[in-house]
Amino acid sequence: MYKNLRWKLLVVLAVTALAVWSFSPPSQKIKLGLDLKGGLHLVLGVQTDDALKLETDTTAAQLQSALKDESVTVTTKTIDPTSFEVDGVPAASDQAFRTLADSQTSGSYDRDARGGGAYVFKMKPNIVVQRRAETVTQAIQTIERRVNELGVSEPVVMPYGARNDQIIVQLPGMSDVARAKEIIGKTAVLELKLVQAGPADRATLLAPYGGQVPADMDLVPDTSTAPGSTTGSFYLLQHVPVITGRDLRSARTTTDQYNAPAVSFTLNSDGAARFGRATASNIGRGLAIVLDNQVMSAPRIDGAITTDGQITGRFTQQEASDLSLVLRSGSLPASLTYEEQQEVGPSLGADSIRAGILASLIGLALVTAFMLTYYKLSGLNAFVSIALNLVILLGFMSYLGAVMTLPGIAGFILTIGMGVDSNVLIFERIREELEANKGARQAIAAGFDRVFITIVDTHVSSLIAAGFLFQFGTGPIRGFATTLFFGLISNVFTSVFVSRALFELELSKRRAGAAVSI
Amino acid sequence: MRIFAHANYNFIKWRWHALIVSLVLIWAGVAHVIWLGGLPLGIDFSGGTVVVLQFDHPTSVQAVRDGLGPAGQDAVVQSYGDASRHQVMVRLPETGGEGANLDELAGRIQQSIQAANIGTFTVVSRQMVGPAVGHDLQQRGIWATLTALGGILIYVAFRFRLTFAIGAIVATFHDILITLVFLTWFHYDLSLNIIAAILTIAGYSVNDTIVVFDRVREDQRLMRRAPLDEIVNAAVNQTLGRTIITSGTTFLAVLALYLFGGEVLRGFAFTMLIGIITGTYSTVFIAASIAIILSRRNRPVAAAAATTPARTTDVKRRRRA
Repeated sequence: MYKNLRWKLLVVLAVTALAVWSFSPPSQKIKLGLDLKGGLHLVLGVQTDDALKLETDTTAAQLQSALKDESVTVTTKTIDPTSFEVDGVPAASDQAFRTLADSQTSGSYDRDARGGGAYVFKMKPNIVVQRRAETVTQAIQTIERRVNELGVSEPVVMPYGARNDQIIVQLPGMSDVARAKEIIGKTAVLELKLVQAGPADRATLLAPYGGQVPADMDLVPDTSTAPGSTTGSFYLLQHVPVITGRDLRSARTTTDQYNAPAVSFTLNSDGAARFGRATASNIGRGLAIVLDNQVMSAPRIDGAITTDGQITGRFTQQEASDLSLVLRSGSLPASLTYEEQQEVGPSLGADSIRAGILASLIGLALVTAFMLTYYKLSGLNAFVSIALNLVILLGFMSYLGAVMTLPGIAGFILTIGMGVDSNVLIFERIREELEANKGARQAIAAGFDRVFITIVDTHVSSLIAAGFLFQFGTGPIRGFATTLFFGLISNVFTSVFVSRALFELELSKRRAGAAVSI
Repeated sequence: MRIFAHANYNFIKWRWHALIVSLVLIWAGVAHVIWLGGLPLGIDFSGGTVVVLQFDHPTSVQAVRDGLGPAGQDAVVQSYGDASRHQVMVRLPETGGEGANLDELAGRIQQSIQAANIGTFTVVSRQMVGPAVGHDLQQRGIWATLTALGGILIYVAFRFRLTFAIGAIVATFHDILITLVFLTWFHYDLSLNIIAAILTIAGYSVNDTIVVFDRVREDQRLMRRAPLDEIVNAAVNQTLGRTIITSGTTFLAVLALYLFGGEVLRGFAFTMLIGIITGTYSTVFIAASIAIILSRRNRPVAAAAATTPARTTDVKRRRRA
C-alpha cells in the first residue's frame, strides 16, 4: 500500500546525514557568539563629516591655487563640512573664474553666486551620500586589516545602524580592551611636512604673521603638548605635506641610533620620487613627521632621501609595533567614536553555554516524558521528529555560518515548542478521527491531511514575522529571527513528512485493523 | 489518557468578563508604569554602564555599594547569578562622558571597589552603551515588532477575514501588554533579550489563534446554519485539548530554562512563562471574542447594503455561478 514509503525513509535518512555532516565536528562548525564565547564587542560611530570636510578643504585650496596660477587672487573659507565660500572674485575675471571653477568642481559641487564676487559651493546631495558610504567602507577595510594583524580568530567587522554609519567590531577571545581600542581607533594620518619655524610657543611663532596662522601653513603641537591646548610647544609647518601615509609601501619596527624602539618606513616609487625632490631642495631645513596632527619628531634634512625614513619618539616596544601596524594598514578616512562596548569574560560565556545546553536538554526530556505518557508509542514519533528538527536546524546554522548566541538558543527552544505544537495538532486530530470510527490507516491519513493547512497557516505567519524581525531587528533579535526562520522550515518537514513516514512505517508492519497506539 | 476530550464550555458567554479583567489588568499596569515614569529600560535602550564582578570570597551587596562611594548613589547593585560564585552586578545610568571615554566610568568603578578593600575580584563582564545607540536600538526594536505584526495581520486577513485578523492582532497586543505589566511588577528591565522573548510570545499567540480560526473555518462548512458565536465556541472547545497540551509542554521547556538556564536567560525565560499563560488565555477568551464582536457590528451594515443593490449582486452571483 505504502509503495513510496521506502523512498520517503531514504529522503529522511539523507537529510539527516546531510545535516549531521554539515555540523560535524560540532566544536569547529558551530560558531559561538560573543555572549557565549567571551570577547569584545564594539559599536563605532564613523564621523563621516571629517572626510567631507577634508574634501571640501582640499577642493577650496586647489581652486584657490589654480586661480592664483591665472593671477586671480581670492579668499576661500570653509563654511561647513559640505560647503565653502569664495570671496573677492574681481568682476573682470568673473568669466575666467567660472570656467576654471566649472572644470575643477562641477563634478561634485553646485555653485551659487551671492553677488559682489562672492560664490558659495555646496557639495551635491548625491555626492554627499556617496562620500559618506565610501568613508564607512574605507573605514571598515582599514579596521579589518588592523584587526587581522591583531591575530584574533574569526573577527567580525561590519556596517551597522539605521544610517549604516556605524561599524560593529567583534573580537572573540580578546581581553586586552585598551590595546584593541587603541589600535582600531587610531586615525593614523601620517604626513611629512617641511618646518617653517619651531619648536616654540604659539605667540613667538605667530609674531611675524601678526598673530594669525598664514593660509598656507599649519600650527601643529608636538608630543609634549596636550591635544587641544593652546599653551605648550608648537611647530609652524607648510600646509601641503611632502608625502603622506598613502605613499608608504611598508612600515616596521626598528631601533633608532640610541637603540630605542622606532618605526622605519619604505616609500613607494611615486612617493620616493617626490620625497627625493623635496629633500634635495630643502637640505638643512627641518622635516616634521606628523601623526594624527601631532609632531612626533622633526629631524633636520641632511641630504636627499628617497625610499626610507624613520619615525622616532619616546616609544615603548609595544607602541612602536602598534604604530607600525596601523601605518601598514593605512589611515582611517575619518575619526571614530565609541557608541557601545561590551566585554564578556570567557568564564561567564562558558557558564552560559553550560546552563543553556542543560536547560534545553532538561526541557526536551520533560517534553518527551509527557508526550510518551500522553500519546504512548506515538509520543516516540513526536520525539524523533522534534530531535530531528533540532539536528536539521543545527545543520542549517552551520552551513550558513550563523553564529550561536543566547537569543539563538531561545530560538531553539521555540523550535521545540513549534515541533510539539505541530505533533499535538496532528495527534489530537487523529484521535478525533479514530473516535469517528475510522480505521487506523484512514484516521492517520485524515489527521495529517486536515491539519496540514493549519500547520501551513501557523508557519507562514511566523515566517513572515521572522522575516520582518530579521529585516528591521538588530543584534540579538536578528540571531533569534535566523534560528526561528530555519527552525520553522525544518519543522514543516519533520512534523509533516518525517512523522507521517514513521506512522506509515508502523502501520506497514502490523496487520490490518490493529489499533494504533496514540 | 486524554484531557478535555469532549469539552463543551461556554467560553463565549464569558467574553465581556474576560475583556474587563484584561482591561483592568492593563490599566493597572499602565498606571504603575506612569507612576514609575516610564518602562524600566535596560542599558541596551537607556545607555549606561554595567560591570559584573566576581569576588574570591563572599561579600555583601551593601559592602560593594559602600565601596563605590559617592558614585554609588545612582548605582544599582545586585548579586548576580549562582550565589556560590559571589558575583555582583553594578549598574550606573551614565557612561562617564561622550565619545572615546566609554570605559572610563567602568574603570572608576573597579578602582573605587579595589580601594575599598572588600576582597579580591575579577571583572567577569562589562557593557557600556552610549545614549545615542540606546535610542536607535529602541526605535528599531519597536519598528521590528510593529512591522512583524503588520505582516501577520495582512496574512491572516488574506487567509481568513479582516475581523479575524484584527482579533488575532488585538489578542497579540493584549499578550504583549500583559507581559510588560508583569515584567514591571517583577522588576525586570526591558532589554534586547526580553524584546526577543516578547516577539516569541507574539509568535506563539498568533500561532494559537490561527489554530482556532482554522477550526472555525472548517466548522463553518460543517455547521452552516449555526450563528458565528456558536461555531467559534465549538472551535475553541474542539481545540482546547491541543491548546492546553501545547502551552503546557512549552511551559515545561521554558520552566527548565528559567530554573537552569543561568542568569542571562532568566529574564528571557520569565517573560516567556508569563507570555505562555496570557497567550493561552487570550486565545480562548480574547481573540475569538473580538472577532465575534466585530463581525456582529459589521453584519447589520452589510445586510442593509445588500438589500438595496440586490439586483447587481444577483447578477454578479449568477455570473460567478
